[in-house]
Amino acid sequence: MRKNSTKLLILFGLAIVCILLFSFYNIQGGFSYAFPRRLIRVCAMVITGIAIAYSTIMFQTITQNRILTPSIMGIDSMYEVVQTIIFFSLGASSIFVVNRYLNFGVAIIVMVAFALILYRFLFRADKHPIYLLLLVGMILGVLLGNFVNFLQVLIDPIEYISLQNKLFASFTNVKSELVYICIVILGIAFIYGSRLMRELDVMSLGRETAINLGVNYDKIVLKVLVLSSILIATSTALVGPVTFLGLIVSNLAYQFMVTYKHSILITAASLISIIALVGGQFLVLHVFNLNTTISVIINFVGGIYFIYLLLKESRSA
Amino acid sequence: MIEIKGVTKHFGKKPVVEDVTVTIQPKTITSFIGPNGAGKSTLLSMVSRLLDSDTGEVFLDKNNVKKMKSDEFAKRVAILKQSNHLNVRLTIRELVSFGRYPYSKGRLTEEDEKFIDQAIEYMNLTDMQDKFLDELSGGQKQRAFISMVIAQDTEYILLDEPLNNLDMKHSVQIMKILRQLVDELGKTVVIVLHDINFASVYSDRIVALKNGRVVKDGQTHEIINSEALREVYDMDIPVQEQNGCRICVYFNSHS
Repeated sequence: MRKNSTKLLILFGLAIVCILLFSFYNIQGGFSYAFPRRLIRVCAMVITGIAIAYSTIMFQTITQNRILTPSIMGIDSMYEVVQTIIFFSLGASSIFVVNRYLNFGVAIIVMVAFALILYRFLFRADKHPIYLLLLVGMILGVLLGNFVNFLQVLIDPIEYISLQNKLFASFTNVKSELVYICIVILGIAFIYGSRLMRELDVMSLGRETAINLGVNYDKIVLKVLVLSSILIATSTALVGPVTFLGLIVSNLAYQFMVTYKHSILITAASLISIIALVGGQFLVLHVFNLNTTISVIINFVGGIYFIYLLLKESRSA
Repeated sequence: MIEIKGVTKHFGKKPVVEDVTVTIQPKTITSFIGPNGAGKSTLLSMVSRLLDSDTGEVFLDKNNVKKMKSDEFAKRVAILKQSNHLNVRLTIRELVSFGRYPYSKGRLTEEDEKFIDQAIEYMNLTDMQDKFLDELSGGQKQRAFISMVIAQDTEYILLDEPLNNLDMKHSVQIMKILRQLVDELGKTVVIVLHDINFASVYSDRIVALKNGRVVKDGQTHEIINSEALREVYDMDIPVQEQNGCRICVYFNSHS
């Protein structure tokens, strides 16, 4: 127990160092101009990091699978669908594009609704409904992706460029107005989720044992699915899809912290993902001089780590 | 008392359990026996609400199980299924501590710790309680899980083939502990067994299923005889009496 709190302290320290470095290192062009802009970006990265770590760990517990992330349900491809359809049918100058709050709201509502509908339709079978759910989500994700590609071919080229801005949003052009909303959403998700922690601990023993111990399994699965769709939707709408991050940070947390307690695991994973995002972005800015993007770094490191995981899992099976 | 009334379950179109009505008497060991695919595990899953029945109802002391609150139910009925693979790395003590979850919701009190100590002691795991489950043999692991169920301190304990993967010594040990739980602590045990000799020697009542239906239901001595067993297993099973126990010698019989 003591060892775990030491580890958490180390992670916390590292995260703070990354945040300070990013905020203050080599600050130019007037402190009062640059600092608030950097701060907004740090906030966006912290929000994204926590949202992704949090949702991934919960999702992996209910699916009993440590190489899945909530993006497998096609929630983030739903984001592309929403944006593309808005541009396709209403055009780049429509209120749903120009008003960022409206755009953000619509995107989140559609993504969460998609996850819920998927769930409602499929969560009736008796055996392992969750795998059916994932499979259908995955297939729908690919289908939607292709559909979006098709629409994008048809769109007016000028509108397509402004659509791309929405779809490839990165940490360098964060929509600052949205950061505040995201903080509120994350806060609510946290308060709601904190009551689930101990139930999630029991859920990690598997469906049958969890039911035996009096946990309302189906209800918790529903809550977690809703919660992680909201979190993923929030982070996607804020900075765009960051696919591999959740996978890396959750598995690093499992290996680093020897515990089954979700409160500790989620804290550790959140800190690790803050370190990865803020530290990674710092490297992109000051070491690679913007010659690469953080998504590339994350996907590269994540890809390698994913292959390592697959090899390890296949050996132990 | 658990009353199973007219319970039916289909997987797809195939009926797995058909119109089963059984009453489990308190303070007894009741064994469910029968050939593979008879519906024993499915029936047990429905009693313990791991599965919903298509029709029919299960009553626990006159209360409909489906309408009971899940944490109240978890304080009265415990179930252990045959597969107990875990994705998390836990020590024996951590696993057994989970047995107290219905009472403490994860915040263990001193009383909980006492129950955990006792449950671990009961299964002779005290020396290795801080070992991780993935370091244990199949038998030790099984005992750790049973220990969790004991820590849950329920009146009813349902076990789905708990003797799987166990050698003779540990099988006997576990059956003796179950007997103690019933005789000394007044628990009620329902157990799915493949080895009819364990059923014969240790249980008070036997329910025999075949093709999803109850074919025999009665005191152990009413079921453990060649005629009744032929009906259940479609084979000749000579029964011999040894030190007051009826033993089925089926190893070279003709079907």
